[in-house]
Amino acid sequence: MSKFKESAASKGAPALNTASLPDIVFMLLFFFMVVTKLRDTELKVNVRTPEASQLTKLENKSLVNFIYVGRPTVKYMQVYGTKPRIQLGDKFANMEDIPLFLEKHKLQIPEKQQTQITSSLRIDGDVTMGIVGDIKTALRKANQLKINYSAKPLQKK
Amino acid sequence: MSNEINAGSMADIAFLLLIFFLVTTQISEDKGLLVKLPPWSTEPPPDFKANSRNLYSVLVNAQNQLLVRGQAMDIEKLRENTKLFISNPRQESDKATNPADAIVSLKNDRGTKYSTYLRVYNELQAAYTELRNEMALKKYGKDFEFVTDSQKKEIRELIPLILSEAEPTAFGDEK
Repeated sequence: MSKFKESAASKGAPALNTASLPDIVFMLLFFFMVVTKLRDTELKVNVRTPEASQLTKLENKSLVNFIYVGRPTVKYMQVYGTKPRIQLGDKFANMEDIPLFLEKHKLQIPEKQQTQITSSLRIDGDVTMGIVGDIKTALRKANQLKINYSAKPLQKK
Repeated sequence: MSNEINAGSMADIAFLLLIFFLVTTQISEDKGLLVKLPPWSTEPPPDFKANSRNLYSVLVNAQNQLLVRGQAMDIEKLRENTKLFISNPRQESDKATNPADAIVSLKNDRGTKYSTYLRVYNELQAAYTELRNEMALKKYGKDFEFVTDSQKKEIRELIPLILSEAEPTAFGDEK
């Protein structure tokens, strides 16, 4: 008995081996790097996409351009009002800017893949169809026919 | 004397990187309803006379109410009703002669809420998906997404998704 006590007192509590901690954290890091994407644009409009069940995944991210529609966030309300607005890239935009925006995105893509370009429409659920219909017309005029109405998966209640 | 590099701070560095990525990235929510728009043309659409029994018209007004083939309908019933119309299991005379001949026409108002529009669109697409699933199950014993590509093509030809959208009306207020 005394032998045990003696050795415990002389050694103190054994240090926790943390040699594998960096590996664990790196694993977490890589996981997050793979499943997330860099936030390249600041959202200037509020977008809460509706829910839907017939969802398709957007495959190749470089072939996708994003069009955001919603009411300006509190920060921009003073300047841009509360009516729904379009955001292209990181700027507020008008209907007339859509063709140029699509063309600029198209230029970055090899010609072979240009037919596969998809426009992802991230539209707030509370927006009325007027502005959406106008965007659809603009897209059709610009011959950008593949679109994807961004939506969340259905939440079971 | 030990020549080992002190790796104690490695975890801290990795944590810093991890937190940096957590803050600057977002989990990509990159799913949605895939839709193919018709090409733009200034010519008036060809005057086409579909047999009216093959036409399934859905109107959504600015109050987000549905009018299906001239009758008001709840959005919950839309999917079932569309399926019945397309497949016409009892060969009724007011429903599609054949799934391949059925045309679903959707018309909305400029004042319709986007979430309602998308929900209607979703229900109509879901009706087709369910019918294709049922056919795949009956023919091949598998869900539509698991059958081979040629079988998919065959089913798509038997039940093609024909959804035409008319120019929206402009009665309601845009908000």
